[in-house]
Amino acid sequence: MSVASFTTPTPTAAGSPASAEGLTDKVSVRDLDFFYGDNRALKNINVSLYLNKVTAFIGPSGCGKSTLLRVLNRMYDLYPNQRAAGYVTMDSTDILSPSQDLNLLRAKVGMVFQKPTPFPMTIYENIAFGIRLYERLSKSELDDRVKHCLERAALWDEVKDKMNANGLSLSGGQQQRLCIARTVAVQPEVILFDEPCSALDPISTAKIEELIDELKEDYTIAIVTHNMQQAARVSDFTAFMYLGELVEFGETTTIFTSPSDRRTQDYITGRFG
Amino acid sequence: MALYDTRRRRNQLAIGLAIAATVFGLTWLVLILAVLLWEGFSGLTLAVFTEMTPPPGSAGGLLNPIMGSLVMTFIAVLIGTPLGILAGTYMAEYGRYDKLTTVVRFINDILLSAPSIVIGLFIYEVMVVQMGHFSGWAGAVALAVIVVPVVVRTTEDMLTLVPDTLREAAASIGLPRSLMIQKVAYRAARAGMVTGVLLAGARISGETAPLLFTALNNQFWSTDMNAPVASLPVVIFQFALSPYDDWQQLAWTGALIITMAVLALSIIARILAAQRKTS
Repeated sequence: MSVASFTTPTPTAAGSPASAEGLTDKVSVRDLDFFYGDNRALKNINVSLYLNKVTAFIGPSGCGKSTLLRVLNRMYDLYPNQRAAGYVTMDSTDILSPSQDLNLLRAKVGMVFQKPTPFPMTIYENIAFGIRLYERLSKSELDDRVKHCLERAALWDEVKDKMNANGLSLSGGQQQRLCIARTVAVQPEVILFDEPCSALDPISTAKIEELIDELKEDYTIAIVTHNMQQAARVSDFTAFMYLGELVEFGETTTIFTSPSDRRTQDYITGRFG
Repeated sequence: MALYDTRRRRNQLAIGLAIAATVFGLTWLVLILAVLLWEGFSGLTLAVFTEMTPPPGSAGGLLNPIMGSLVMTFIAVLIGTPLGILAGTYMAEYGRYDKLTTVVRFINDILLSAPSIVIGLFIYEVMVVQMGHFSGWAGAVALAVIVVPVVVRTTEDMLTLVPDTLREAAASIGLPRSLMIQKVAYRAARAGMVTGVLLAGARISGETAPLLFTALNNQFWSTDMNAPVASLPVVIFQFALSPYDDWQQLAWTGALIITMAVLALSIIARILAAQRKTS
C-alpha cells in the first residue's frame, strides 16, 4: 500500500481521462432491481465503479442512491423483506450470489456512514479490532498498522497522545475520520461513503474531502451526497438518480456542464430536489 | 383573555392534584421506612450477624437466614442470568423480526407478572415432590424462575436501544454477527444489562412465597443446599406471626436488613444507569 501524497482538493474531473476508455470496471451493476417488501426502490440500474476513481451518486431524497450503495456490500441482508435482483459483479465475481460470504465481501467493500459510528471502545481498539479479525500480527506490527491507518485518515497527530481514550470522546469530524481509519484498517478494495459529511461542519467536511481525494490512489470509491458542490469537487464520475432510476451517468465535468437529460439539468441547477 | 384565565386555573388545579397525589404516596412510604428503622434499629446488634435463630425466649441472631438468603439469591442469579441474557440476545439480535420473538416476549411478560406463589407451587411439584424433601436447590431454582423474565426483558430492551447504525458499522468491517454482539452490542448495552441483573437480585431477595414451598426453613446452621435452608423473608414471615416478643424483634431487624440490601442494590443500579447515559 503506497502512502498517497498530500494534494489539495481541486475539481478532479480536469485530470480524468476524456473518455471511458482505459478504465477498468471494479464493480459493475447490471439490470439491478431492489425491493423493500413489494416496493420497487431501484429500477433497472446499470452503472460501474471504475478502478481508483471516485463515483458520486446524487439525486433528491428517496431516489435510491443510499439503497444502491447498500447493495454493493449487501448491507441490506441484515434486514428481512429486502432483496435485490440483477447482477452486481466485483472483479467478475457475482456478489449477489447466495453463496457469497458476506463477511469477506464486507471486508473488501468498506463503508463509512452518515453519522459517525465509533465502537464503544478505545481509539486504539477501534482500529486494532478490525485488523485482528483477519490478520495475526505481533504487538509492534499491530501498533504500526494502527498508526499507519490513523495517518491515512489524517487523524494520527490529533490522537497519538490519547490512544486509550474512548472513541466516543472525539469530536464529530474526528469520529468520522476514525471511522475511515477503521475502514482502511481491514484493507478493503472499495470504500462506500454514505453522505459522510452531512453531520459535519465545513472544516471537517473539507478534511474528509481531501482524504477521499488521497484515498482514491489505493481504493475505488463511491460516495452518496446531497451536496452537489461536493460531488463536483471530489468525484471523477457522477450518477444522477431520480425516483429509483439512474437518469444519467458520466464524467463529472460532463454531468455538471452539459447534462444530456432535462431532469439532471433541473436538479443540478437547483430547480427541484 | 377569559379563555386564557380558564386554562390557567385548570393548569393550577392539575398541578395541585399532582402534588397532592405525590405527597399522599410518599407519606406512606416514609411512614413505612420510619417504622421499619425505629423498630429494626433497636434490635440491630452484632449478635444478629453472628448467632443462629433462637428458640423462643432465648437470645440469638439471624446468621443462618442471612447466609441462606445470600447463597440462594446468588445461585438464582447465577442460573437465571445466562438464560435471560441468551434469550434476550436471541430476541433482540437474531430473531428480532421473527414470529417466535413476539410469542416469547408475550409469554415472558406473563411470567414477569406471574404471582410468585404460583412459581413456588410449580417448583414444589417438579422438584420438591420428585426429590421427596425440601431443599435449598429448589429454593434457588424457584428464585431463578423469577430472575429469568426480568433479565430477558432488560437485555432485550437494552440491546434494542443500541442503534442499528452501530450494527451496520460492525458488519461493514466484515465482523460476523456473533462477534458483533459480543464485542460491540454487549459493550454498548453493558451498563443497562448489569442494572437489570442487579434489579432482579433486589427483586428476589425479598421474595417469600416461592421459598415457603421449596427451601422451607431451618432453625440451624446449614450449608447443605440439599436440605431445607433458612432465608430472611421466610424467617421474618414466621417470626412476625409468632406471639413471642424477641422473635418479633428479630423479624423487624431482618426486615430492616433486607430493605437496606435492596436499597444498596438499587443505588448501585442507579449509578450504573447514570454512567450509561454519560458514556
